[in-house]
Amino acid sequence: MAIQTAKRWQVWLEERLGWDRVREFLAHKKVPVHSGTAWYYFGGITLFLFGIQVATGILLLLYYRPTAAEAYESVQFIMTRVEFGWLIRSIHSWSANLMVLTAFIHMFSVAFLRGWQRPRELTWLSGILLLGLTLAFGFTGYLLPWNTTAYFATKVGTDLAGSVPFVGPGLARFLRGGDEVTGATLTRFFGFHVAVLPALTTALLGLHLALVQRFGISTPPWLESRGDVPQMPFVPNFLLRELMAWYLALGTLGMLAALFPWPLGEKADPFAPAPAGIRPEWYFLAAFYTLKLLPSHIWVLESEQAGLIGLGLLALWWAALPFWGVRPDGRERTKLVTGTGVLLIAWLSTFSVLGYLK
Amino acid sequence: MKVTLAVLLALAPAAASRDTCRDCHAALEGPLATPAVEFSRDVHARSGFGCASCHGGDPTQEDPTLSKSRARGFTGKIARTAIPRTCARCHSDANLMHKFKPQQRVDQLAQYLTSLHGKRLAQGDTAVATCTDCHGTHGILEVRNPQAPTHPLRLPTTCGRCHADAGLMARYGLAPNQLEEYQASVHWEALAQRRDLSAPTCATCHGNHGATPPEVSSVAAVCGTCHALLEELFRKSVHHPLFTTMERGGCSVCHGHHRVERTSVDMLDGEKSVCAPCHEPGSAGARLAAEMGRRIRDLRAALERSDQILARAARDGMEVSEAVLRQQEGREALVRARVAVHTVSLQEVLAWTNQGMAVAQVTRQAGEEALRERDRRRIGLAVSLCAIGLAIAGLWLKLRSVEGRRAGL
Repeated sequence: MAIQTAKRWQVWLEERLGWDRVREFLAHKKVPVHSGTAWYYFGGITLFLFGIQVATGILLLLYYRPTAAEAYESVQFIMTRVEFGWLIRSIHSWSANLMVLTAFIHMFSVAFLRGWQRPRELTWLSGILLLGLTLAFGFTGYLLPWNTTAYFATKVGTDLAGSVPFVGPGLARFLRGGDEVTGATLTRFFGFHVAVLPALTTALLGLHLALVQRFGISTPPWLESRGDVPQMPFVPNFLLRELMAWYLALGTLGMLAALFPWPLGEKADPFAPAPAGIRPEWYFLAAFYTLKLLPSHIWVLESEQAGLIGLGLLALWWAALPFWGVRPDGRERTKLVTGTGVLLIAWLSTFSVLGYLK
Repeated sequence: MKVTLAVLLALAPAAASRDTCRDCHAALEGPLATPAVEFSRDVHARSGFGCASCHGGDPTQEDPTLSKSRARGFTGKIARTAIPRTCARCHSDANLMHKFKPQQRVDQLAQYLTSLHGKRLAQGDTAVATCTDCHGTHGILEVRNPQAPTHPLRLPTTCGRCHADAGLMARYGLAPNQLEEYQASVHWEALAQRRDLSAPTCATCHGNHGATPPEVSSVAAVCGTCHALLEELFRKSVHHPLFTTMERGGCSVCHGHHRVERTSVDMLDGEKSVCAPCHEPGSAGARLAAEMGRRIRDLRAALERSDQILARAARDGMEVSEAVLRQQEGREALVRARVAVHTVSLQEVLAWTNQGMAVAQVTRQAGEEALRERDRRRIGLAVSLCAIGLAIAGLWLKLRSVEGRRAGL
């Protein structure tokens, strides 16, 4: 009886949704098997962590209050009074950081495995934009607990935004909702964090995933040229492995949240002097430390302006990888691509460590 | 006096434009050049005053017989007994001082005449301090200038130039160790080490221009200018009338005067007891002191215990900021209990120690609950990790089964 009911529902849904085509598509979807197959899991793990972010973010929204007077207290309330509130908040914070990490790993693995080559240029570009949105999530979310480190890090961050040539002062005022970081900034960042950025991310993520389905998972060109690269079915072989990776990520998140609960710190006091050693989140450290090392003036530009122009050009250069990574005759600029990637990783890791230690 | 001031004011701008005294003395060598050199950084020189303002004479004349003419008011070196009144010609004139420092007091001479220094000088004792001994002669700097001998950081040493001189002090029957004692005090520590310029120096207790040792009966009032609450509690205690009758100097009976050391609950009983000299062991007073000491120590220990538990919970990532904030109330009660010792009333001390103990109990419970919660979380984590491990194992088995089946095909 139950089986018959289920079948009837299946038929009813099939008529309206056409799931068989999806099933058919998935049944034929393949994933190349080679020594670098493990790197393919990081895209899925990033997606999984994004899902965790959405779920925990919605739960936090039930209690969080985005005003300077109540933000800190509401997070404190979540952590001390709400059942499992500490876990939700800790998982939200830790998964945000892990998501940035896995997104970077995913980006570099795609770069080195040449997943950006024709016809996947738009997949690469949408991925780069998604990474930018992830960093924007981190920047806006960092202020929301309204604690001392977040307040002053945001002050430094928006000051830097104010140094962007031509549009800087206007951009800083737009971000802050005034000349200083105040309750207006908090409300604004909250709006970006829970409305603007999720809407943009959902749309862009949809495009990114659609493009991945459209062109399939890329095979490194040096293997493709040899031909006969082994393949595994996406369903169930790759999916089962991906699920195992998700469980591992969940276990790691649980461990981090339970053993190292994300601290709340002290409530922000705009009239207090900035505490010593204020630094941004780890994923901005390399850029922050680079700007710190620059001389006060470079040519006619102030150090921040010159630094931001330099970092902006570097980001653009990297985003445009599909357009300079291959010569017009179709041959790849292998050494330049690999060298740029290696140098970028070396710069990010070295300057992040130095920025943390100094 | 008015005529003299009119002459001085007339001379001031002239001195600014031409001062043959300084021109000549600057060209001399040795001690005769010193006044000209030092006067260049003197606060009076910067206000337009010249040598003639104090020494008289006519600084516009190049001929020494004219510039140093007695007929033109030249006095030469000013006698020590005349120094206070020479300075007071300007410093006691409110109209004149208003032009340079409107908020400066003009009663320095009147104060000085009430001081022991002033009284002895009036009797012809020229070894006592006059204005120039503390402020300098030709290189006088404002008190707020850190290089001034009267700046709070330098004042103890300035007073010590005479008061630490054993030979000089012997003439007055004074001990020469005040500076040494003061430099072992908590007040000096605050001043010299923490650079707290509000910390008391010699002048804070003795006065500056009217420097006089406080009378026995006024010691509490002197200390009370800063320690107002302590003075109020002391005046309510049984000690106050007793010390007055015994002509003992209030606060200084227990705390000393120049060597005021950091207070501690150990002052109540044991080897460092300041009660013991008056209260024999086993007496009611000694027992009361010991009981107050015990209660305060108990509260301190309870607060420290709570601090340790809360620190451990915070180190393990638990949110205990509310309890940590509450500890502040307990610490405040501890301070109030220590302050209440000055009432010599066990009830007053107990009122605060009981309040502090209640806070310490609440915060300790909060810390212990946080540690229990931490343990529960770890157990929950272990269970979750087991479940996750089982799920991964299940997926792996399923994968093996799928891939084995395909291989078999």
